[in-house]
Amino acid sequence: MSREVTNLLYLITIVTFILALRFLSHPATARRGNQIGAVGMLLAIVVTFLQNEVVSYWEIAVGMVIGGAFGAVAARRVRMTAMPQMVALFNGVGGGAAALISLAEFHNRAPNPGTLKTDISASIMLSAIIGSISFAGSMVAFAKLQELIRGRPIVYPMQQVVNALLFAGVLAAGIAIAAGAERQWLIWALLGGAALFGVLFVLPIGGADMPVVISLLNAFTGLAAAATGFELENNVLIVSGMLVGASGTLLTILMGRAMNRSIANVLFGAFGQLAPTAPGLAGAGATDGQVRSASAEDVAMMLAYAQKVVFVPGYGMAVAQAQHDVHSLASLLESRGVEVSYAIHPVAGRMPGHMNVLLAEANVPYPQLKEMDEANAEFSRTDVALVIGANDVVNPDARNNPSSPIYGMPILNVDQAQQVVVLKRSMNPGFAGIDNPLFLNPKTVMLFGDAKESVDKLTADVKHL
Amino acid sequence: MSHGLLLTFEITILVLAIFLGFEVISKVPTLLHTPLMSGTNAIHGIVIVGAMLVAGLDHKDTLTSIVGLIAVVLASANVVGGFVVTDRMLEMFKKRESSGPKP
Repeated sequence: MSREVTNLLYLITIVTFILALRFLSHPATARRGNQIGAVGMLLAIVVTFLQNEVVSYWEIAVGMVIGGAFGAVAARRVRMTAMPQMVALFNGVGGGAAALISLAEFHNRAPNPGTLKTDISASIMLSAIIGSISFAGSMVAFAKLQELIRGRPIVYPMQQVVNALLFAGVLAAGIAIAAGAERQWLIWALLGGAALFGVLFVLPIGGADMPVVISLLNAFTGLAAAATGFELENNVLIVSGMLVGASGTLLTILMGRAMNRSIANVLFGAFGQLAPTAPGLAGAGATDGQVRSASAEDVAMMLAYAQKVVFVPGYGMAVAQAQHDVHSLASLLESRGVEVSYAIHPVAGRMPGHMNVLLAEANVPYPQLKEMDEANAEFSRTDVALVIGANDVVNPDARNNPSSPIYGMPILNVDQAQQVVVLKRSMNPGFAGIDNPLFLNPKTVMLFGDAKESVDKLTADVKHL
Repeated sequence: MSHGLLLTFEITILVLAIFLGFEVISKVPTLLHTPLMSGTNAIHGIVIVGAMLVAGLDHKDTLTSIVGLIAVVLASANVVGGFVVTDRMLEMFKKRESSGPKP
């Protein structure tokens, strides 16, 4: 097949990818969009098989069967609550593939020094560095989310200095190669250094900031793919990679904005590393209040006779896998004539939009899911706000207390509801170790226990009323 | 076409793709941000094209063969896993519960 025909067919693939993203603007069309994108990908693979340079079909086929089978099984088996680490894993292997392509390309072309044009070797270096960082960083993110390593930030002295020096070294190796020092050991050093940097770079970032990290690493893999496109002079790689790069960057910015923190603060701030200073919440002097705990029967009564109940899910709901139970409770309340909706904070959970996916899994109709602004407008006429495993995103200190580390972060104003019920495992402060005066608010009652068990108990008690 | 000219074309489409990306993505509602991440995740699986081009080369030494093969494996996992996970997620977004279990 001639290069011209190949490129035109690749253009069709590009169009399907753009359509896939366009169709994502509405839940009703999103699934079809994804299928169109998958067809486009298949077309690109077939077209590549037909290229004149591609002759070793068997090696490719074997590789595809192995990788494809792993991907299919993993993607089918994974539970919805484990989705963030799955996305991190697939993102990582994509970055790893880009880095390996660069390694092979360089190895193949560099034996005759001087034959590589500067822009080609520069693209090879970029794709190797970014791909390697994305691979290693995603694996650490995966390990943190899968709780193979602890989610809290891991810090050591001079961390930023070490990281900066390492990155400078990797960059220097890249520049040296691009400038003509086409030595094989340099690219191995570069790949290893970039991978080490990826690990060290994600280690100090806490679990609650993972939405930002995953989104950023997604952008990285996109950029690595685009750089691979430059080294292979291939348009479909350049455009598709850059679409992903732009999308990931935009999402990262949106996440940062939703937390009112700069991206630099998220990435380098080691947020949440400090252990709580006060021994307990009750001892926090700023608000003289008492934590009031309620029984499930009391809360069930409150919910059953309310006119409007807003559910506020957080990571605790994901951990307890309580989304189905939450939906059962909500449906039961609805059948009793209670108006029910869900208030979703943009950074609740471990991935952008995490809560939406979990609730969709539980068959919650999406018009009931309210974004922050819409939800905040409704709290003043809400009877009961039921907070399920959310903490920092409902902390009024973000609004009122300039000395709080999360001051300025837009929150869900659940304290404007008539009553607040907080489902919480224990009185331990949340991930960031920040006191939450919401728990001491006279309007608030706490229902302690595992989110799933508590919600089930509430459902049973409402039924008996 | 000279190499320099080709490069300028590539840079042109790169820059246009950045603007297109921002434009298209800014229309995606927060509700669908997870499928968006996962969907774009599948799209960067397009590196499989690069992996195939490397692994499919005729005269290559052992290192290139092995590295190319691993790249194909990783990229295939990215493509298949990415699209399947996204499809599973999007399948769940429904307006009214039609078949959901009633309490």
